[in-house]
Amino acid sequence: MTLREGSRLSISSDVPIWRDERVLRGAAQLISAMLMIGALIWLVTNFIQAAEQRGLPLSYDFLSQESGFPIGESVIEYDPSRPFLYAFLVGLLNTLKVSLLGIILATVLGTGIALARMSSNWLLSRLALAYIEFFRNTPLLVLLFIWYFAVFNRFPRVRDSIALPGPIYLNQRGLFIPWPKYTTEGLVFLAAILLGIITATVAWIVLRRIRERTGRQTYFPLVSLFLLLLFPALAWNSQGGQTITWDIPLLEGFNFKGGTTLTPEFAALLVGLVTYTAAFIAEVVRSGIQAVDRGQREAASAIGLSNAQVLSLVVIPQAMRVMIPPMISQFLNLTKNSSLALAIGYPDLFAVGRIMINQAGRAVPVFSMVMLTYLAISLFTSLVLNLYNRKIQYET
Amino acid sequence: MTRKTTLMLAGLLALALTLGACASSGEQVEVTRIVEVTVEVEGEGETMIEQVQAPGYGEILARVQDRGRLVCGGRTDLLGFGYLDENGRNVGIDVDLCRAIAAAVLGDAEAIEIVPLTAAERGPAVQSGEIDVLTRNVTWTTSRDAQWGNFTVVMFYDGQGFMVPSDSGVTELEQLDGATVCVTTGTTTELNLASAFRQLGMALEVVSFEDTASVYNAYEEGRCDATTSDKSQLLGVREGFADPSAHDILDITISKEPLTPVVPHGDDQWLDLVKTVMWGLINAEWLDVTQANVGDMASSDNLNVLRMLGVEGEFGQAELGLSATFMQDVLAAVGNYGEIYDRYLGPNGLAFTLPRGPNAHWTDGGLIYAPPMK
Amino acid sequence: MGATTIEQPIAPPQRPGAVEWLHKNLFNRWYNTILTIVTVVALFLILRAALEWIFVSADWRPITRSPLLYLVGQYPRSELWRVGVSLWMVSLLFGLSWGVWRGLFRAFALALAVVLSAGVFLPPPEGSPALLFRLSWLLNPLLVFVGFFVANRLRLTGRHILIGWVTSSLLIPILLRGIDGSSFLPGVTTSLWGGLLVTLILAIGGLLLAFPIGILLALGRRSSLSVVHYTSTITIEVVRGVPLITILFLTSIIVALFLPPELRIDRLIRAMAGMTIFAAAYMAENIRGGLQAIPPGQVEAAKSIGLNRFQTTFLIELPQALRAVIPSMVGQFISLFKDTTLAVIVGITELLAIGRAIIQSDSEFIQLQAEVFVFIAVVFWVLSSVMSYSSRRLEERLGVGET
Repeated sequence: MTLREGSRLSISSDVPIWRDERVLRGAAQLISAMLMIGALIWLVTNFIQAAEQRGLPLSYDFLSQESGFPIGESVIEYDPSRPFLYAFLVGLLNTLKVSLLGIILATVLGTGIALARMSSNWLLSRLALAYIEFFRNTPLLVLLFIWYFAVFNRFPRVRDSIALPGPIYLNQRGLFIPWPKYTTEGLVFLAAILLGIITATVAWIVLRRIRERTGRQTYFPLVSLFLLLLFPALAWNSQGGQTITWDIPLLEGFNFKGGTTLTPEFAALLVGLVTYTAAFIAEVVRSGIQAVDRGQREAASAIGLSNAQVLSLVVIPQAMRVMIPPMISQFLNLTKNSSLALAIGYPDLFAVGRIMINQAGRAVPVFSMVMLTYLAISLFTSLVLNLYNRKIQYET
Repeated sequence: MTRKTTLMLAGLLALALTLGACASSGEQVEVTRIVEVTVEVEGEGETMIEQVQAPGYGEILARVQDRGRLVCGGRTDLLGFGYLDENGRNVGIDVDLCRAIAAAVLGDAEAIEIVPLTAAERGPAVQSGEIDVLTRNVTWTTSRDAQWGNFTVVMFYDGQGFMVPSDSGVTELEQLDGATVCVTTGTTTELNLASAFRQLGMALEVVSFEDTASVYNAYEEGRCDATTSDKSQLLGVREGFADPSAHDILDITISKEPLTPVVPHGDDQWLDLVKTVMWGLINAEWLDVTQANVGDMASSDNLNVLRMLGVEGEFGQAELGLSATFMQDVLAAVGNYGEIYDRYLGPNGLAFTLPRGPNAHWTDGGLIYAPPMK
Repeated sequence: MGATTIEQPIAPPQRPGAVEWLHKNLFNRWYNTILTIVTVVALFLILRAALEWIFVSADWRPITRSPLLYLVGQYPRSELWRVGVSLWMVSLLFGLSWGVWRGLFRAFALALAVVLSAGVFLPPPEGSPALLFRLSWLLNPLLVFVGFFVANRLRLTGRHILIGWVTSSLLIPILLRGIDGSSFLPGVTTSLWGGLLVTLILAIGGLLLAFPIGILLALGRRSSLSVVHYTSTITIEVVRGVPLITILFLTSIIVALFLPPELRIDRLIRAMAGMTIFAAAYMAENIRGGLQAIPPGQVEAAKSIGLNRFQTTFLIELPQALRAVIPSMVGQFISLFKDTTLAVIVGITELLAIGRAIIQSDSEFIQLQAEVFVFIAVVFWVLSSVMSYSSRRLEERLGVGET
């Protein structure tokens, strides 16, 4: 056996052509390529034939036509006289809005639940477990229906709105919040605040580092606080006391006008996505923290670090390495799950896409746009997070 | 996902996007096409793939008789028109129209298959010949007639109206400036609403849902100041509200909604057949032939009745491939137009009560009219 | 944390008393005491509101009026025996599998027996003898145990059981669908199937079909043939990059435009194809993970004893990779089971769609949406929880996590 094996190895150049690995591989490449191309051609011809037979328009020129349909809410100005492409953009922005906010809030809530799950308080830990088990075993679509129809739609009617200081109004049409008006003075003031925050942060970091290096007293908290207040004060002074003008919600006719609104559709979708995804994130965080060797924690406290320091300097940085990849897929899941919005009337990308398919009668062009957009969002997100992931992994 | 893969996919995507932007859509679907191949390979239900011949004269009838079953596009979620009773049986006006055709063609009103379709699927389902007839309260519009298939006979005249809570004091459309309106998406309703408000230069906020139940539930809870849909639907839904008297249906109609069964393009015999059955239902009411008396009427002395029931003379049954006495089967199975209407929408209807209005016979001032059966 | 635990004296383990337990687990610190009190109060308020809603203010008529609709949809009531026989087959097979594979199937078999016995409480359909209807449900747990003892007595092996599973997974669809024109098994078109029946068929069918495709995709992605590699990679990443709902929409509606007009594919199969592709892409990544975890020595050893590439893959690598991913299959099945609800959006009458149809079947039910949705949520929750509990027992049994 061994002898034959050895002899074959030594005379590999005598292998007949049909057993030569290179030839076989080349042939396999060729055949698979031909099969793929053949299937593609078959599908494309069939598709074009079917499209011609049934008079299905395939061009994208309808995108510049007037859409004609209303959309419930939008980040940018929208009315039915805008073109289809603009309506599509509205849907995309709505998806991005709910996904971004959802990812942030779900991470916060998920971490909180993970901590509760690991708490030494038996009741709290059990409750967190019950939460996780409930949300992991119930379909999101059903949960969204419950959130919207059984919770957010049962809030007080417009005339019985709950008034909160601000003034903020809460009713079943949403949460109405004062919002800055778009004025030059307001913009200057906002810019000044931003400038204050940036300079204060820079000063804090630089001066603190100087103190750590040299041991000199730099009074960094005071300097930062001064900078933080200086710029807004200057702006206030130079504009003669004019700052931001607030647009305050007022009950006018049927609804509150002015300010900004958090609609119940958005809220239900956001809460539904956040509570659902948090259950999965909690498990990710828990397994991440538990993956950190117990000895690491003990060693950290042995050298005199406080509990907070143990967490922030030892446990979390190491847990992050384990947590990031599954976190990425949870974030992507949340984004993709936001497409269930159409069931509860939030006009996201998929919902607007579906309306466009109906109203423009262009199933294939619109659908390809929707799919590619989701794909682009997914790829972009995983690209960015994978870069971050690579940065925090061990250097090998 | 490895870095290489990500980069490669990103590159591919960029390519697809640029191609899609400047060329026809052929390239755009490339990515998704790969998925298709796998579908077919594992489609183990060989028995479930049916041959659908290219539509031509007489082919749909032959197909239906061959299959022994009539396939109707319908729905299971619209009270009065297409819904499920407590035993899960398909019922409603649209379903009874389907039953009438099955009774005429196959002699068995129960030999039907109702394929539940969403609004978006209606057009493609008729176009691809997946269904024999679409009875899913479709509004007849010229563009749909051109694109989808042949529209037969208007079986229900409807119009889009508005419902508001009585205590809002709204009686005119003009008073709804700035109102929030609950509406179903993907329908003509949505477009009519937008254009009506635009014409009056009024502000409009909408909350739009996929299915009708969500629309009315949200409206009744107070999410919207008004809701809009076909008036028949609004009336039906109001019946089910906790307090029907607290809601008004405005005396405004902003659109014409002639609801009509549709058949695929290309088979004139089938088109004529469905039209004849529909007219038969209408004429039977005019001639007072009902489900109960259809047997006795075969010996009536009214010549029109005798002809319709196939006892004497004929009115084209043979050319349509129908038996001479098919109307007897139809009427015995589902009754005449008025009976179908009253079964669901009459004073003691199963669904709700809706006055005949425009759906009364032309002799009673309505729009329901049929050519003579001669 | 660590610093404080060290201070505690080391004592022999003792079963703590109730008071001691309470002190240790609920009131050991001041902040824990506050947490406990706040939680108890919140729990009490929530529970009270929930109970009041369930027993007082909720109107359960949409559920009690026709529970069979939720189970089988419009499946003809005269043909329900076929669903019953299918369930018996499944029960028997679970029993047999329990007898052969013991602990691996014990939890699943017992859970099935319990869940199916609950059918006794369902009202029988009109025109069928009530006693027979009830007894037919009770036959299920009986068959589970019969299967267990038969497998023990006859010393059946895994091969027999596998043959049983494969034949019945082919027989059950035929039994349910019937043959058009036959008098014994009249055809029941899939448009009449509905409710939980369709939910389960979509999930089980999707998973079973996804399995071979997932393996092919995983192998394809590892292939050194660049065409195969890139095709598999693109398929996997595209499917994982878009929402399931768009894939369902693609296979249910857009696919009709791609295929030649002579082909009319059943709607249920179209939706199942969507579920399958979706599940396969995720499964492929699981299997790929399993393949990567195989030590390179295994492949080298296989090569050194003269196995060719094909043999190495199918006899050495795949069996090991699949063993490693089987526990995660249950998790995947649960998420597929939950995801079937999305089929409602493409017009498949699964459980959620039946719920929505029932809401529309009576004008008084339109405001009873909350009741219907809560009921459906509970059904999903109970079934998924039973499955995930059983799979945890399976994992314990398999010793996942131990090496």
